[in-house]
Amino acid sequence: MVEAQEILKLPWLNESELYKCVHCGFCLQACPTYLTTGLETESPRGRIALMKAVNEGRLEISDQVMRHWDLCIQCRACEDVCPSGVPYGNLIESTMDQIRDHRKIGFIPRLAYEISLRHLIPNQRNLAIVVSMMNLYVKSGLQKVVRKTKILKLISKRFERLEKMTPAVNGKFFRAEGQLYTADVEGTETIQMLSGCVMPLTQGNQMRAAVRTLNKANKDVEVPLNQGCCGAINSHVGDLGKAKELARANIEAFSKGSGTEPIIVNSAGCGARMREYGHLLSDDPDYASKAVDFSKRVVDINEYLDQAKLQPGETSIPKTVTYQDSCHLANVQKVKDAPRNLIKSIDGIDFCELKGSNICCGAGGTYMITEPEMSEAVLAEKIRNLVDSGADIIATANPGCFMQLDNGIKAAGINVEVKYVTDLLDETYTKSK
Amino acid sequence: MSQSELLEIKNLVPELKNIVGSDYVLDDKADLLVYEYDGSIDRGNPVVIVLPQSATEISSVLKLARSHSIPVVARGAGTGLSGGAIAEHGGIVISMARMNKILEVNADDRYAIVEPGVVNLDLSTHVGPQGLYYAPDPSSQRACTIGGNIAENSGGPHCLAYGVTTNHVLGMEVVLADGSVTWFGENERDGIGYDLRGITIGSEGTLAIVTKISVRLLRSPEHVKTMLMAFETIEDASAAVTGIIGAGMVPAALEMMDHFCIKAAEEAVGAGYPEGAGAVLLVELDGLFESVEEESDEIEAICREFGPLEIRVADDAMEREKLWSGRKGVLGALGRLAPNYYLVDGTIPRTKLVDVLKQINELSERSGYPIANLLHAGDGNLHPSILFDERKPGDVENILAIGAEILRICVESGGVLSGEHGIGLEKQDQMPLMFSDEDMATMSLLKIAFETEDLLNPGKVFPTGAGCGDISQARAIARVGPGAYI
Repeated sequence: MVEAQEILKLPWLNESELYKCVHCGFCLQACPTYLTTGLETESPRGRIALMKAVNEGRLEISDQVMRHWDLCIQCRACEDVCPSGVPYGNLIESTMDQIRDHRKIGFIPRLAYEISLRHLIPNQRNLAIVVSMMNLYVKSGLQKVVRKTKILKLISKRFERLEKMTPAVNGKFFRAEGQLYTADVEGTETIQMLSGCVMPLTQGNQMRAAVRTLNKANKDVEVPLNQGCCGAINSHVGDLGKAKELARANIEAFSKGSGTEPIIVNSAGCGARMREYGHLLSDDPDYASKAVDFSKRVVDINEYLDQAKLQPGETSIPKTVTYQDSCHLANVQKVKDAPRNLIKSIDGIDFCELKGSNICCGAGGTYMITEPEMSEAVLAEKIRNLVDSGADIIATANPGCFMQLDNGIKAAGINVEVKYVTDLLDETYTKSK
Repeated sequence: MSQSELLEIKNLVPELKNIVGSDYVLDDKADLLVYEYDGSIDRGNPVVIVLPQSATEISSVLKLARSHSIPVVARGAGTGLSGGAIAEHGGIVISMARMNKILEVNADDRYAIVEPGVVNLDLSTHVGPQGLYYAPDPSSQRACTIGGNIAENSGGPHCLAYGVTTNHVLGMEVVLADGSVTWFGENERDGIGYDLRGITIGSEGTLAIVTKISVRLLRSPEHVKTMLMAFETIEDASAAVTGIIGAGMVPAALEMMDHFCIKAAEEAVGAGYPEGAGAVLLVELDGLFESVEEESDEIEAICREFGPLEIRVADDAMEREKLWSGRKGVLGALGRLAPNYYLVDGTIPRTKLVDVLKQINELSERSGYPIANLLHAGDGNLHPSILFDERKPGDVENILAIGAEILRICVESGGVLSGEHGIGLEKQDQMPLMFSDEDMATMSLLKIAFETEDLLNPGKVFPTGAGCGDISQARAIARVGPGAYI
């Protein structure tokens, strides 16, 4: 094959996956960055065209090329609508991983990356200290002073924006200590639950609500010790090495029981990552088959509760509720009906569809921090549609979406609450007015 | 395009940025590359991309382009299949992606006014709650734009009963090559006089750039029924089509797919097509409840004569959507069978279906390239798709030759070169199969009545002049002489 030698390869890309794209353009209308900008350079088809051109030696990996790849939120909505079955997630993930070498990154951003994504997120103890400090900053009133004086604007606009994203801490930390939460009835199935990284620290209350809801579905919930971050954020920013390390640790942590319990995940992004551990570790001889088995056990909490035919409690919630699809639940795990079914099953709720609910909100893990302008532009459309929907509550299934929507709602000054589907279910059992 | 021409266009970038805003002019090498293709196999290299937001901006861009003799190509979503949006001669590509607003819906008079970048399906979704829809439904309707549909006079499965784009466009605002803005057809003017609207639809961006469109909206039918019929062979399915049409029935849609398409569509969307079948028909009926029921019984009876493997009826919207999802996604789904496909678009008299499909099959066997057949069978519109790998040397040349051969077969059987995708770059050299020198000279007269400089989407529709005896657009203009129309 003469032509094979003439073509410069991107060694990391699986050619048979890359050339599945026949540039039909069906992905354009699913892509949040294309819809926001109207630029094909910010579309899945465009990003793939750039991969192909680099692969064929027609184009160098310039800053401009990387910029277009970086601006991908990795919501993978394109994958869901692609008739050719292009595994876009694999392509962009491995591309992001490999182009790290081509980047000219300043000392400060590199340090920020090293600290946050290699030493904080993956390490619950370190992360807990930082979250406690952030909580102190908010609760002590220092945040108010900082915001009032606009002092951060003097340092940099980016820093000011970052400060606005300081997550509120909801209740005590939820720690994974191998504890078991038992249902009221005896002889029930035991399931294992992912605790994760940021969510158990900033959203302890929501974690506990999820556990109570699982108990109501008559499941005993075990939260295995030594588990941690799923690796999604690292994969996202192109650090597959660290992601693999985290994946191996979780596979070990969840193998201590019978090794067959369903692993319930209440964060869509983590669920998606864990369902693809099989692919992530496919070249690891020690873990390849373990990872495949592990991935089969992973189930999103909404899907699990819907299949378990959970009966909500008797407390009515007389509100108009809409649902924003969490991209990695809808597009990767293909779970679209379950959260809606659960919401609709609650007494008193008037469910309305959100226009464009299948389009990403712009959160994208750390995307909202690394690409604030695009993230905010994508979010703006979401908030417009949310206002039009007339909903009192917007439900979602992932902490990133939760935070992003919450920030957008606060910035717009509208009166809408963000909740997880499991929060709503939990309220039907616990609240009585 | 020569170096000096390239440089001249690059020098205009600041001016273009003044017109449309600096974020909406692209000229980086990587950015241009993303605009070199459409949904098919042609490629061209634009020098700059602009994304205007109004007719005024487009007018300014055209004036600037004209004063420097720079070609201009309009682009919708780049889903076309005949190279219409390809910048064959470089120059400026005007992307309509930002002109995507639905400006007005008049439910009482049943029309809507939209910008050209509005996505086809978005319009029907938007007016759906009012019990209305826009009838032309190209299979790419989830992505393609109304402006692009006008350029190619696009069809779709439901055009069998409802007609193609030109039957649903009432009028439009256009910018001419000299930058003047005018209105063709109804709404703002009445429809009396020369039908300039009709001339522009299907002109593939060579006469004017459409900036506002008034489209007819139809009332959603009371009842819709979709039937899937599987046959052992494509011959049986073709005979059933002839039987249905021969009995004087005009379903809303009558589609056929062969075993390649069935396999690809099943893998892509799991529409529930029976995999062992040699071909399936998708028949849709719509209208009043009673008439739909009556017709569906009749069609079922006709099909039974040809020994169907299975007949399945979808009554509710979800089931129907599932059956259609396979058909609408089948083209992209062919990407599962091969890295590239070349979708040929031609029409034949329905009575020749069996014979022509046999010839295409022989061509496939002889050449060694698999050819998947999907057809708007009801109106004899064939879409044979030749599967290949563009990275293999010789493949592109070979499949182009096969495509040309298929079109020759179509024309020889009494059909035409294109059902709905347009001529573009793809079929310009086959034009002489159908048209005499005089025919094309007449068309050239129309073109030069709009512009003599040949800057609006140059190099499309008319033959390149490469073939013996062909009349190229430029030569035709030379023969008549610029300014001869004055």
